Amino acid sequence: MKPGPGPEKSAVTPAPQGAAVLPSGRAVPAGRAGTNIRRLENRAAYMFLIPWLAGLFGITIIPVTVSLYLSFTDYNVLSAPTWVGLENYEKLISGDRRYENSLWVTLKFVGYSVPLVLVFSLTVAVVLNRGLAGLAIYRSLFYVPSLIGASVGIGLLWYQVFGERGVFNDLLGLFGFEGRSWVTNPRYALSTVIALNVWTFGASMVIFLAALRQIPDSYYEAASIDGANGWQKFRRITLPLLTPVIFFNMVLLTIQSFQSFTQAFVISRGTGGPVDSTLLYTVYLYQRAFQHLEMGYASAMAWVLLIAIALFTALIFWSAKYWVFYGDK
Amino acid sequence: MATSKTTDAVAAPVFERSYDTEALAANRRRRRNKARAKKLGLHLILLGLLFVMLYPVIWMVFSSLRPENEIFADLGLIPDTWTLQNYITGWNLFGDKTFGVFFVNSFIICALAIIGNLVACSMAAYAFARLNFRFKWFWFALMLGTIMLPIHAQLIPQYVFFLKIGWVNTILPLVVPKFLATDAFFIFLMVQFMRSLPRELEEAATIDGATYWQRYWRIILPLTMPALATTAVFTFINTYNDFFGQLIYLTEIDKMTVPVALRLFLDPSGGTSSYGGMFAMVLVSIGPVLGFFLASQRLLVRGIATTGFK
Repeated sequence: MKPGPGPEKSAVTPAPQGAAVLPSGRAVPAGRAGTNIRRLENRAAYMFLIPWLAGLFGITIIPVTVSLYLSFTDYNVLSAPTWVGLENYEKLISGDRRYENSLWVTLKFVGYSVPLVLVFSLTVAVVLNRGLAGLAIYRSLFYVPSLIGASVGIGLLWYQVFGERGVFNDLLGLFGFEGRSWVTNPRYALSTVIALNVWTFGASMVIFLAALRQIPDSYYEAASIDGANGWQKFRRITLPLLTPVIFFNMVLLTIQSFQSFTQAFVISRGTGGPVDSTLLYTVYLYQRAFQHLEMGYASAMAWVLLIAIALFTALIFWSAKYWVFYGDK
Repeated sequence: MATSKTTDAVAAPVFERSYDTEALAANRRRRRNKARAKKLGLHLILLGLLFVMLYPVIWMVFSSLRPENEIFADLGLIPDTWTLQNYITGWNLFGDKTFGVFFVNSFIICALAIIGNLVACSMAAYAFARLNFRFKWFWFALMLGTIMLPIHAQLIPQYVFFLKIGWVNTILPLVVPKFLATDAFFIFLMVQFMRSLPRELEEAATIDGATYWQRYWRIILPLTMPALATTAVFTFINTYNDFFGQLIYLTEIDKMTVPVALRLFLDPSGGTSSYGGMFAMVLVSIGPVLGFFLASQRLLVRGIATTGFK
């Protein structure tokens, strides 16, 4: 589409270094008119950003800072916070067995969930990408659990599925195994929460599918001519080219899993039980903050979580140079 | 003679192979059949996996349609007697506050959240994608940083603040932040989309004397429709499913949303006695999400794919 004719058009000159530029990349005339347009654009941009800037400071930055302050205090909402120095953090490191336990539960949850989701989503995506008919239908159906998996309703269903008279035991019965109540058994309760998380692998799968479509067919054709078999093609072409997307999904899943709350909360009926076996970090934080009103302590927990997520993300980013393949290398 | 025979013997197989169309066709047929069998096998595996995955939901559907006392009676999947009684029981389980109230509350919050996200995020995205301003990259980096920030780090001061100004047990703590573009993920989505729009359109409007606001409202926004629709759908699903925020801020029964009300089934003294009613309400509660998904699935899938790695 061409701009209509106008007097401005004839005034166009090449852009000097750093001069304001019209949307098309042509220079705004230098001199006072140019700086004016730049100033106008600057002001307009900040006007557009007002709601976001208000939220950035009011909803995000200031609360995060206040939260850091509260983590050094004893605060129960009703009376003013009192400064206690590092006491909350000292208690976190030594002296809170439930906290220590919640760390292990969370690490186990993340450590099992993320790899399992990656393996499932990648496998199903690769199978679907082999030119099977009905790809769109399969994709939608596999995505359905991701839509509803985070809801309270599915948590309630899960409690029944893995209950003593649940569907899972019916299935085991078919193979002659004797069932039990999985959700009320401390040894297995966390596994049911992990299973629910893995159940929602469809969202990652959709991302993998989109990435698989970007791999040119010619790569596979060339490999076929050289006599490569299916596994070799996957191992030598698909997998290396997918590493950036595996990396992306891994970061996303890790951040999400650390913050997982609803499913453990619902399956354990709000307790994190049995015997704290499903006491995820966020569930414990919720209990401390909103059931015991220990806002200072919970703030310290929140900051440790923030730093833990940052560290794990950084670790994945650091590891990327050893296994993520970018085409230009 | 002898030499001609040997040449014949050497030439014959080549001659035969290249012209024996019947053998070739058989070979091709065999290969095609093998590929077809392989595909059929894959279909069976995928369908089996889907069946196992979705079986609990299917079971819940049938359980909700049979009499309460038959749900755990091992009578097979398909009910002998069909009834809608569970839906009636479940809907009215919590006294005079029916699930109708909870649904209305949920939908009000969702509608306002969608409007807030669409307006505020698209405004910020327009500035980032199409305008030049001072400290642009600093703000942009900060915006990306907030996507990864866990909500727990802001939660407690926010809660205390909203409590002090009397916003607890109103929808405001759940809705007002959306009008301040706190879901930075959607800003990012829209920035990616707006960057790909041709510059010439806006330039033509500038020459015709359009203001920045007109360029945003009249030109960019209509062209951003696919990204806006994706944002609306995702906002609906996230807000509708959100439990943590609603659990904290909505504690009075007439303010409760669907997820918070479903939580009442957890209470041992409450409704757990009615499994049928619970299953019925769980199904009704996931209905809107599935409906939204079916209505917009192509868009949604494309949205995930583009935000995924572009």
